[in-house]
Amino acid sequence: MTQSSFSVVIRLAAIIAVSVGAAAASGQPGPIFERTLANGLRVIVKEDRRAPTVVHMVWYRAGSIDEMDGTSGVAHVLEHMMFKGTGKVGPGEFSKRVAALGGRENAFTSLDYTAYFQLVPEHALPQVMALEADRMANLRLDAKEFAQEIKVIMEERRMRTDDNPQALVNERMQSVAFQEHPYRRPVIGWMSDLEHMSYRDAQDWYRRWYAPNNAYVVVVGDVDHAAVFRLAEKYYGAIERRALPERRPLAEPKQLGIKRLEVEAAAKLPYLEMAWKVPKLQDVDSDREPYALEMLSALLDGQDAARLSKDLVRGQKVAQSVGAGYDSMLRGEAQFVLDGQPAEGKTVADLEAALRSEIARIQEEGVSEGELARAKTQTLAAQIYKRDSMMGQAMEIGAAEAVGLSWRDIDTMQDKLRSVTAAEVQAVARKYFKDDTLTVAVLDPQPLAAAAAKPPMKGPLR
Amino acid sequence: MKKLLFGMFCLLAAEMAQAGVAIEHWTTPSGARVYFVASRSLPMLDVQIDFSAGNAYAAVDGGRLAGLAELTNELLDAGAAGLDEEQIAARLGDVGARLSSFVDADRASVSLRSMSAKTELDAALDLLRAILATPTFPAAALEREKARSIASIQEAETRPEQIVARRFAEAIYPGHPYGVQATAESVGRIGREDLRAFWRAHYGARRAVLTIVGDVSRAEAEIIAARLSDALPDAPPDAPLPAVTLPARQTIRVAHPATQAHIDIGLPFIRRGDKDFFPLLVGNYVLGGGGFVSRLMNEVREKRGLAYGVYSHFSPRKLEGPFQIGLQTKRSQAAEALGVVSATLAKFLEQGPTTSELKAAKQNLIDGQALSLDSNAKLLRTVALIGFYHLPLNYLDDFPRRVAGVTAAQVREAFARHVDPEHLVTVVLAGD
Repeated sequence: MTQSSFSVVIRLAAIIAVSVGAAAASGQPGPIFERTLANGLRVIVKEDRRAPTVVHMVWYRAGSIDEMDGTSGVAHVLEHMMFKGTGKVGPGEFSKRVAALGGRENAFTSLDYTAYFQLVPEHALPQVMALEADRMANLRLDAKEFAQEIKVIMEERRMRTDDNPQALVNERMQSVAFQEHPYRRPVIGWMSDLEHMSYRDAQDWYRRWYAPNNAYVVVVGDVDHAAVFRLAEKYYGAIERRALPERRPLAEPKQLGIKRLEVEAAAKLPYLEMAWKVPKLQDVDSDREPYALEMLSALLDGQDAARLSKDLVRGQKVAQSVGAGYDSMLRGEAQFVLDGQPAEGKTVADLEAALRSEIARIQEEGVSEGELARAKTQTLAAQIYKRDSMMGQAMEIGAAEAVGLSWRDIDTMQDKLRSVTAAEVQAVARKYFKDDTLTVAVLDPQPLAAAAAKPPMKGPLR
Repeated sequence: MKKLLFGMFCLLAAEMAQAGVAIEHWTTPSGARVYFVASRSLPMLDVQIDFSAGNAYAAVDGGRLAGLAELTNELLDAGAAGLDEEQIAARLGDVGARLSSFVDADRASVSLRSMSAKTELDAALDLLRAILATPTFPAAALEREKARSIASIQEAETRPEQIVARRFAEAIYPGHPYGVQATAESVGRIGREDLRAFWRAHYGARRAVLTIVGDVSRAEAEIIAARLSDALPDAPPDAPLPAVTLPARQTIRVAHPATQAHIDIGLPFIRRGDKDFFPLLVGNYVLGGGGFVSRLMNEVREKRGLAYGVYSHFSPRKLEGPFQIGLQTKRSQAAEALGVVSATLAKFLEQGPTTSELKAAKQNLIDGQALSLDSNAKLLRTVALIGFYHLPLNYLDDFPRRVAGVTAAQVREAFARHVDPEHLVTVVLAGD
């Protein structure tokens, strides 16, 4: 894979996609326990006592999918502002206190959710819980801190997207692939929206979504679940439940034909991204196609021996790099993405044709039992390897819960994944890889000197 | 596909940590040093083999064949023991194993993660042994990987962060192997015989350190280590690299159309095992290693909103590894940000940490030690470093005491010894 930001997105997605199949595959999975507090906050605990450490995460079901035009990026902006203090804890003090406990902490915002986490020695769990509970209810937002932080976020956008050609392609592709669905807006937000955002936008967001009944706590590590439930009751229990805004269904109008776009940016290698609209996982027990699509993704790009690298990088030498990605667990609409950079002397057209022929071959000839078995072995091994990371286990639980599934579904999903047949893989390849739902984005690389001569890309602040 | 956006700069992990890790150490009959930690709660095994075969060892003759260390490492699994690269990849996949590798300045590394069930583990280890001991470096695979490598280098020469990193390394290590960068030309010159010769001269048991972490007994680990090392080529032991000389103070400006300026500041710093390591570790946490709570983060990001991330970092090597401060900021703010960083560094060099900063740094490093060792993957990384760089076996046990003993005066003196502003190199890309 390339070291592009796109592959980072894929790699992070893989954490979650792998997490589709959770714990119990083999070995002894740590037991998982759940309790719901009276205010609606759910607390999920997985005991893993291999080391004297613990992961504490708070997830809010509010991501960029919940944003409106004009305030894109506000979910992520609020995430930053959550470190700016409460009545009891001054700006920046949250991080200082966690650091003093020997801890590490951070937060992330996605299309579907916003999550905060601390990794700490096990004895520090009460303190970090107290801190998270405090900012769940008592965040202080003011214009002065906001004015400083929004500049940081604009720098973040420049770094992640504006100066990163492949990320730029991905951003612009999503804004074309979706014309109505909120996934058309980037998580980081459009620069113009960031420039015109006020602390009141962040405040509105906080009041709307940051309620215990829109959140859940995930704790994994060297803990006793009963003790964690007592702590949760003590720190989170007093926060009042609030009415949540209505969430309306957000269906994208049916796409009626292929969409294509080009992005010009300073780079040497071209880049191609192809995204088809496909189904997501909705019913863990009765769905079949999402599991077949997950297996298809693994067959194409799950390991060194998978088809895309074997055929296109090593075999035909048409690609410098190539990848496939599909995440079945989303609140919004799912896509199956193929991407890559053409090899020296090849064009994006050559690469697109080669990727299409890989899909066509599966549509026509299917996949062998041998490669399907290999892909299943990899998913089985991944279940064991994943348990080496406490953060990985917490992410797995949190990601399932974020889309309305339960940690209880994780084992079922794993079993279902391993029940996928070659015929089902062929069937989804035939059914969903049609141009009607396809968007194709291409990076047209510009020489540095030429790019330098162009007017600045961004608005008034430049 | 899911899009995750990390909202804040990831904290740089403390170098290493926690007491209570039992590291067993021995040397195989063929001369490879072995470091083993039994960890039997998960049915899996990690093995890492590090050779003194990093980029510095291939950077001879002014870098005529720069890129050779990486190509050699990458092509180990392109053919071995009568198997071609597709057969190797398929067999690894069939047993659920993962092979990975990296090359840094000192080390060329290959690692394997496998389930510990006997059938799977034996098959995976046989493959690992084959690619280390009998690589064939097929000509067709070499040509393909050279073309990919050249394309990557050309792409890197357009990417702000990579351009800065390359210019910075060249400038702080003038004329030294640590500063040599692979170019399209140098990679173009590399032939199959060069790979074979580099492998033969550098992938020997006496240059190898094996780290084994996971679900096997000591007796099993001994057999694994012996099997992996006994068929390696008969390479000579490690020879010293040429001495590092300090660069002259300078500022290098690079034009680029990026919206952000990228700034790197630093110089060659310390060797792994330097007596000043602990004062520098504690001091660097205060200056720019402590993520959100560091002075640099406070001055540049929290107070002024000039950057998303700013850090200071040092990576000790066999010889003096780099100390480096880095950040990105809107290009019109480059001069302002550089001024803030320079003033912050100068003040820190002059005054050192405050009492409360020193206390906070020690608390985080000591209490956070467990977090650096709470998975097999983290143990593997840490123990491999201890082994490769000949750190004491009680390093982890000793870590809290060594950190706790650091004084503010020691921090100030250590930084004064190793950061002479007269040798600081600054690279600014896309600064207006």
